[in-house]
Amino acid sequence: MSVTHEAGTRPESHARTWSGPGWGFIAKLVIMMVINAIGVLAIFSAYNAGSWVVLAVLVVLLAAADWIYFSRRALPLKYLYPGLVFLAVFQMFTLLYTGYVAFTNYGTGHLGSMEQAADAALIQAERRVEDSPTYPLAVVREDGELGFAITNDGVVSVGTAEDPLEPVSGAAIDDAGTPVQVPGWEVVPRAELFTDTALQERVVDLRVPVSDDAADGSIRTREGSSGAIYTSSLTWDPAAQTLTDTETGAVYSPDDRGSFVSPSGDRLAAGWYVPVGFDNFVRAFTDTAYAGPLLQVTLWTFAFGILTVLTSFGVGLLLAMIYNDSRVRGQKVLRTVLILPYAFPAFMSALLWRGMLNSEFGVINEWFFFGAGLDWLSDPWLAKFSILWVNLWLSYPYWFLVTTGALQALPTDVTEAARIDGAGRWRQFSSITLPLLMVSTAPLAIASFAFNFNNFTIIFMLTGGGPAFPGASVPLGATDILISAIYQISGVAGGRADYGLASALSIIVFIVIGIISALAFRQTRKLEEI
Amino acid sequence: MTATPTLTKSQAASRRRRWLSEVGWKYPVALIVVFYAAFPLVYALSASLDRSGSLSGSTTLFRNVSLDNYAALGDTLFWTWVGNTLLVGGSAAFGAVMMGAAAAYAFSRFRFRGRRASLTTLLIVQMFPQTVAFVAVFLLLITLGEAVPLLGINSKVALICVYLGGALGANTFLMYGFFNTIPIEIDEAARIDGASHAQTYWQLIMPLVVPILAVVGLLAFIAAFGDFILAKIVLTGEGNWTLAVGMYQWVSNQLTSRWGLFAAGAMIASLPVLALFLSLQRYIVGGLSSGSVKG
Repeated sequence: MSVTHEAGTRPESHARTWSGPGWGFIAKLVIMMVINAIGVLAIFSAYNAGSWVVLAVLVVLLAAADWIYFSRRALPLKYLYPGLVFLAVFQMFTLLYTGYVAFTNYGTGHLGSMEQAADAALIQAERRVEDSPTYPLAVVREDGELGFAITNDGVVSVGTAEDPLEPVSGAAIDDAGTPVQVPGWEVVPRAELFTDTALQERVVDLRVPVSDDAADGSIRTREGSSGAIYTSSLTWDPAAQTLTDTETGAVYSPDDRGSFVSPSGDRLAAGWYVPVGFDNFVRAFTDTAYAGPLLQVTLWTFAFGILTVLTSFGVGLLLAMIYNDSRVRGQKVLRTVLILPYAFPAFMSALLWRGMLNSEFGVINEWFFFGAGLDWLSDPWLAKFSILWVNLWLSYPYWFLVTTGALQALPTDVTEAARIDGAGRWRQFSSITLPLLMVSTAPLAIASFAFNFNNFTIIFMLTGGGPAFPGASVPLGATDILISAIYQISGVAGGRADYGLASALSIIVFIVIGIISALAFRQTRKLEEI
Repeated sequence: MTATPTLTKSQAASRRRRWLSEVGWKYPVALIVVFYAAFPLVYALSASLDRSGSLSGSTTLFRNVSLDNYAALGDTLFWTWVGNTLLVGGSAAFGAVMMGAAAAYAFSRFRFRGRRASLTTLLIVQMFPQTVAFVAVFLLLITLGEAVPLLGINSKVALICVYLGGALGANTFLMYGFFNTIPIEIDEAARIDGASHAQTYWQLIMPLVVPILAVVGLLAFIAAFGDFILAKIVLTGEGNWTLAVGMYQWVSNQLTSRWGLFAAGAMIASLPVLALFLSLQRYIVGGLSSGSVKG
């Protein structure tokens, strides 16, 4: 507003006294320099790693950024671009990618491309060459790259995963023959190897080729102090795309399910992922291992979503109606205490209740059930009840706040007219107050249902989805909802991974959410406001 | 007062009965409700002060009071997790505010080709929560991490980027509505005065929309603070965990012996959130009723 006033008093506008680029332009230049520097670094990094798709995307994004911010056109894009980049990469892409993965057999045993699968198969088939000698070995490194130094007949040779063993001169060895000093390399101290588990894993995975010929095998170590030659019993023929077992002579050739299979039907553990059509969806509904538990999980997901909204809405509304009364004193204090559970972070509430509901030492059993030792979290029905109870505790204040606001906004003349007409309290509530209230709160109830439909935190923190279904071969339990079931099946937290099936279930959740949102749209007519 | 002396005893009694039936009974009910709302929190406070620090030892309220558990937090990674949470939540909130406000400004002030279509797309995309697509997020970060390690699994930067991916969808509409209430005459006057669009945006519009920026920032921070599933997938190393992941680990492993630590940590971590929430409840409730829901 101040500008409109100043416009009258100022003799000349900024435009007439313009003298070269101002601070704004310099600030923009500096920011764009930083962004370009980061972008170019990322592009180099992608180039070094050979990730061509990532590289191409980075180049396009960076070029677009430079064009948008240095061109005079594309004004709206200057404001939209940063948000759009993150939205496109981390939200829209992941949604679409979920759709793609749902139609593949991506997961344990089907990872990466066929070449990667062949490499993995070669490594898995590696065996120590029988009666081969052991060499004293030291782990060496340079610029973060690990290598092995081994001593053979007093000669020290060094190699890495890429460079085969080469003799080096000037190295020192101790009495046991272990290299202790290697020119150009830092010998990793044994103590560090013992304490750093990440380093141990890298050392155990490291394979240093003996020579340029892959058939000669490679040096590996189990404990980091001695090495031996390992060779693979398989050989890879890139032209024919087959793996041949040199011991049995069996030829493994690729099938259309992403596995190498021999004529006798043997299947190698390592495979690549291929599109499988609707298999994952069919499996979710018909596979005997999945269909039963998943049906129960789906039913409970809906029951949980609906019941939790109904109970917290009901309790919140009841309290709002009782205490939306100016004759009651101390309303402010009461209100503050009432909404405390809502202000307490949700995940901490769930963890807190997990301890309180503990069957042995929890205070709920101790205080209210005289140490009865009820299995609140490990009995299927009690666990379901506990989840509803805890979620009621942490979400009724939301509805208390919302409905209090809505009640205060209701016109009083309608209820008054009803009272004069002789309507009882219940009649006033059910025929007037509630319908009027639903106008403003129904969209929120739908949103709350959609939120609880995917309320991973409360389930995972309180019961972890347990207790497990008795006798089921899948890691699902009585209180798992769809999203926590997806988490268990996907294997992102370890264990057997089935990204395909998990994504297929995500798609089903998306469909449900889409339907709910469409309902909400009809309620709020948000689209018409645009 | 004048009527009181003339009241007969039976009238006074019926008046009290009426008061009891209409107002009086609400006080005992309030006691029950207050107990229900507050006893878990009082219990947590008591457990955090209990010297034994175990679940079994803390069933009696305030049996003994000591700050041992709070001091013991210093020997754990708790403060690292607090730092991580503040860093991740703060960055996500700052980014969400900046990108959301810029986008809302563009949608509110410029008329460009594809505006309506983009708004509709945004509205549809934001309905599908990122958390359900966590498998794809995980696979995406593995691929990105091979090319650019900073954007890979176990990087806080990657987690911030993931949160920012959801920022535009969640907040633009809240802000868009608010921006529309700022008269466009302000922009026009500034333009006539010779201000560039950037000057108008940063110096005139932004100061006027501070309330909605605060609400969006707070909601984004609380969302990042409370997020568990994405943080758990992305941050694998103990030193990178946020509070939600770290404290879950405390309670899921050795629940009984680390109970005091958890309670003390919960008290410390929730106090700022409680204070912020209670002081800003008017704004938050306004934001909540226009669409977003906190667990």
